[in-house]
Amino acid sequence: MTEIWQGFIKAIELIVSLDPEVMEIAGRSLIISVTSALLASLICIPLASVIHFHYFPGKRILINLIQTFFSIPTVAIGLFVFVLFSRAGPLGGLNLMFTPTVMVLGQMILITPILLGLTISALSGVDKTIVDTARSLGASGFQTAVVVLREARFAVMAAIIMGFGRAISEVGIALMVGGNIRGFTRVITTAISLETSKGDLELSIALGTILILIALMVNFALNRIQQR
Amino acid sequence: MSLIEVIDLHQKHGEQNTLKNINIRVDKGETLALIGPTGAGKTTLLRLIDLLDLPTSGKIYFDGTDVTEPGRVRLEARRRMAFVLQKPVVFNTSVYGNIAYGLKWRGAGKNSIHQKVNSVLEMVNLSVYKDRNARTLSGGEAQRVAIARAIAIEPEILLLDEPTANLDPISTSRIEELITDIVNRYNTTIIMATHDMTQGQRLADRIGVLIDGEIHQTGGSTEVFTSPRNREVAEFVGIENIINGVIAASKEGVVAVDIGGKVIEAVSDYPVGEEVCACVRPEDITLALSPAPTSARNSFTGEITGVVSVGALTHIKIDCGFPLIALVTKRSAEELNFEITKRVYATFKATGVHTIRRD
Repeated sequence: MTEIWQGFIKAIELIVSLDPEVMEIAGRSLIISVTSALLASLICIPLASVIHFHYFPGKRILINLIQTFFSIPTVAIGLFVFVLFSRAGPLGGLNLMFTPTVMVLGQMILITPILLGLTISALSGVDKTIVDTARSLGASGFQTAVVVLREARFAVMAAIIMGFGRAISEVGIALMVGGNIRGFTRVITTAISLETSKGDLELSIALGTILILIALMVNFALNRIQQR
Repeated sequence: MSLIEVIDLHQKHGEQNTLKNINIRVDKGETLALIGPTGAGKTTLLRLIDLLDLPTSGKIYFDGTDVTEPGRVRLEARRRMAFVLQKPVVFNTSVYGNIAYGLKWRGAGKNSIHQKVNSVLEMVNLSVYKDRNARTLSGGEAQRVAIARAIAIEPEILLLDEPTANLDPISTSRIEELITDIVNRYNTTIIMATHDMTQGQRLADRIGVLIDGEIHQTGGSTEVFTSPRNREVAEFVGIENIINGVIAASKEGVVAVDIGGKVIEAVSDYPVGEEVCACVRPEDITLALSPAPTSARNSFTGEITGVVSVGALTHIKIDCGFPLIALVTKRSAEELNFEITKRVYATFKATGVHTIRRD
């Protein structure tokens, strides 16, 4: 118990003193997860709009499938990306294995179902009369989609934040395809995993505290958005 | 040439025919009111005219162009119209932003949008709310924003679906004034749906009566309200006395309608033996406590069976051997002490009786 308490005190010191290693790991985590959330949003928001505004056979099944992938294990995606980008894999020639780029890619795959599913839900939540009003005012199909997205903007932003939260807190992908290389691909979750196994609880607790703080800020932002 | 021409339009929702054989022509600058009870198909028809939905069959011509089939031509035609939905829908942005939407979609420049929005805001008297979020406005104000947003794009046709439904009398009056103002300023062609027949009478040049998905009658308001074509229209336009009978005699354009022992005289061309309905508007019936000399050809005595006051008017139900409803001012009803079981004399002119052939 004393060890944990001392670890906690040391963690606060590391955070308050802006320890370079802690800051570097936290910064990398943020950059990788923000990038994956933004890039996934660029793909998912238009794709969700296409799915929402078009009627095609199997649409309901597709949405159910997307929702099923909300809870896919991160190690399953880690394995999939590993096979894809390992030297012997189909994309091995790109030499992206154990780089932040492949970590971003893995996280994008992880959060795509969440972003897609929640954006479709957000668009479905917009009153149908908004679509009629926009069309009756002469909006084209694209202009109508933009106005509906604008109406759903707070719910869509909440979806992006949820995606970011899932990305920054995952460990499976970062460990399997990032390799936890110090100063290069080490992020908060992989560092906690490593330092705990080494018995360095102080650093683990410091990083864990930062992760909780980030989660807290994400939740705070989410609440603020949902209150609008 | 008509600006809008609807030919043999049918619309089905599942197995239900929501619109049947609709034929309408609306000329430029004309105001047509589609009146009919709730669920008659007015909104469905307006949606089809605004090209929001595709009809099951039939044709819609806009300014001479067939716009029934899907394609770019529908968007181009829709951009020359504006539709204000029954429920005032405003986008989650400022009042200014709401009105600017349609102009932005048409590629208008920033300065021209600014000028147009400000001028329309002034017209609807909402300039003070310019920067306010439109979602925070009252129902009447939101409806004015919806109308302002529609007229900002200077549509050739303005479609209004129950523009004053669920509004208080003051807001209703403001919206009606606004519609009149739009017609006077822009000479906009208007097609409006309303279940309030008196609103149609106040605002429209021509009235179309839509009941159960069919246009039963179109014509001037006087024609529709005094000479309904059939029993359904008569009932909808407020003729409360519709009495079945047979033409028993006819002489010089005046017929005697036998209503089962009693006779009602009416101005009509129907031949003897024709089965008809004699329609008498309650406000055309005069009530008195004693027989008075009158030129009216129809006079019946009966007993009051019901007295119902609605605002400044009172409906008096009388049993004359057949049921009759008369409308008098509340003051008259009180002065003459009209009450149940009292005997009264009901008189009305032959010209006040409209006859409809029974199907």
